[in-house]
Amino acid sequence: MTSPATSARTPGPGAAETENILEVEHISKSFGAVVALRDVNLTLRRGEVLGLVGDNGAGKSTLCKIICGFHRPDSGRILLDGKEVHLRSVEDARRHGIDTVYQDLALVPQLPIYSNLFLGREPTFGGPLRLLARHKMRAQAKAYLDSIKVHIPDIDAEVERLSGGQRQAIAVARATRQQVKVLLLDEPLAAMGARESALIIDLVKGLAAAGQSMIVIDHNYTHLFELCDRLAVLQNGVIAFDRLVSETSLEEMTEYMVSEYRRQVETGRVNGPAQP
Amino acid sequence: MAEQATAVQATSGAPSAAPPAHWTTVAHELRRLIERREIAIFLVAIALFLYFWTSTTAFATYDNFVTLTQFLAPIAVIGAGEAVLLTVGEVDLSAGTAFVFFPFVVYFLWANAGLPLVAAILVSLVTAACFGAINGLLTTLLDLPSFVTTLGTLFALDGVMLITSNGVQETMALSGTGGSVLGNYGWSEILWALGFTAAVYVLLHHTRFGSHATATGGNLVGAAEAGLPVRRVKIWCFMLVSFVSAFAGIIDAIRITTLDPGNDGTTEMFYAIAAAVIGGTSLMGGRGTIIGAAVGAIVLGILYDGLYIKGVSAYYFQLVLGVAILGAMAANVQLRRAAMRRWRRLRR
Repeated sequence: MTSPATSARTPGPGAAETENILEVEHISKSFGAVVALRDVNLTLRRGEVLGLVGDNGAGKSTLCKIICGFHRPDSGRILLDGKEVHLRSVEDARRHGIDTVYQDLALVPQLPIYSNLFLGREPTFGGPLRLLARHKMRAQAKAYLDSIKVHIPDIDAEVERLSGGQRQAIAVARATRQQVKVLLLDEPLAAMGARESALIIDLVKGLAAAGQSMIVIDHNYTHLFELCDRLAVLQNGVIAFDRLVSETSLEEMTEYMVSEYRRQVETGRVNGPAQP
Repeated sequence: MAEQATAVQATSGAPSAAPPAHWTTVAHELRRLIERREIAIFLVAIALFLYFWTSTTAFATYDNFVTLTQFLAPIAVIGAGEAVLLTVGEVDLSAGTAFVFFPFVVYFLWANAGLPLVAAILVSLVTAACFGAINGLLTTLLDLPSFVTTLGTLFALDGVMLITSNGVQETMALSGTGGSVLGNYGWSEILWALGFTAAVYVLLHHTRFGSHATATGGNLVGAAEAGLPVRRVKIWCFMLVSFVSAFAGIIDAIRITTLDPGNDGTTEMFYAIAAAVIGGTSLMGGRGTIIGAAVGAIVLGILYDGLYIKGVSAYYFQLVLGVAILGAMAANVQLRRAAMRRWRRLRR
């Protein structure tokens, strides 16, 4: 299924403002002699789901880490809601409303689901004693998971008892529980079975329908075509392809990637298969 | 894993095959009870208690209970501290040395420097917390395993104690109400231990800090990514262990009135870690139980005391302790596995 165009969606909170929630302008980043990002320009529209594709080493994760505040770019700027922001740390980016769900999910297996959802932001009572308001956490966690249609039988269950898909769902829920302007999902479907993938795809679609702006990094084009409004391909440190899903197709995309690969082999940028 | 995935459907919505609500509630509570890591050691404690009670006449007596509690109280207090530290994924080998050293600090300040007793104790406890902070800073800033840092500070502190005391025993006899509160009254040590255990229990299981400690030990990288100050959490835990160990040492020293620099405290330290571990606290971090540590200390106490009453040589105690630790660990792991299997079956 190809996703409906952005216009079909209910606008996100505060939609009256700029059309673009996130703009990345002329970003470059080198690590020593290695140029990871040359000149990246990328725009995320409000309520849009953007798929970010690229081969390993194309700079995907570097770009992702710049947007989430982990790396500082060498040059270029980031605009959030039309205003330039300087993201000093992951925590800083989070305060600005950019949150990331990492591949390792950052969940604590030994803590119950509700504790994981509130990790670092636990409601407390008893003043300086900071006792955990467990009832409140439980009730709010349950209500929130229900609202995004993640049905977990037992909110008290430790996360280690959950399947991979459920864990991913909890990690996403933790990021979106508080208002997030931009959500980055780093390979949310990696190493997941069909059923598990369906669970996450449903969850992401649900969030998108509610107007959440997202950047999804993945290798699987089929998944991305199902999830995203727009696809951007990062190649050799620049955005080489940027098109609405409704204006392209899986075939065109695959063809583009293959021809690009051939061209690079010819120009000697990439080594082709070994000659006999 | 695949089996688990199918068993634990998340978004399929309706829990169609669910049994009646009251049945699930009962089963749920029962399962939670069985799955509690403390249950194995709790049963062992009851069994040991009944065994020594029925097979000897001297065990279940008032005087013996006083002796028993005085033996296990320090283990319980240090054990509670170690359980918290093990939860964040660290261990403090110097806790026993703090247990014997900081009473000396009280003695020096009180008998030699002429400070009032309460002030001497407070200064000693603050110093102990600072000592814990050193352990924590060395571990987190130098990125060393706490096994190494605290092994180093164990010897260093023992050295400081031998130098400052000249290896000479001291006597610290107190009288009056103050003395009774601080250890002279037969039950005072166990009452303090109960208070400390309760406080540390609340800290680990019912506060935000405790939740962060579990997160730090359970997934260090993840906890940091979630924005938790993992280093600070660890340092606080090191401070807690030194603090409670020092307090337990001071009370114990006042009760027995003798300060012995010849004791390096390693026995107390190993008993305390043993109590925490056989009680169900994981050495891998992320899983700590204060009730388990307390029951673990009770088991060690009953074993030590019971074997003594039965006329079994104290030499055997170590052997039995070793077997008990291995047995309790094995039982814990097995019980947990069984609980996980049962849980998956029920969810299917």
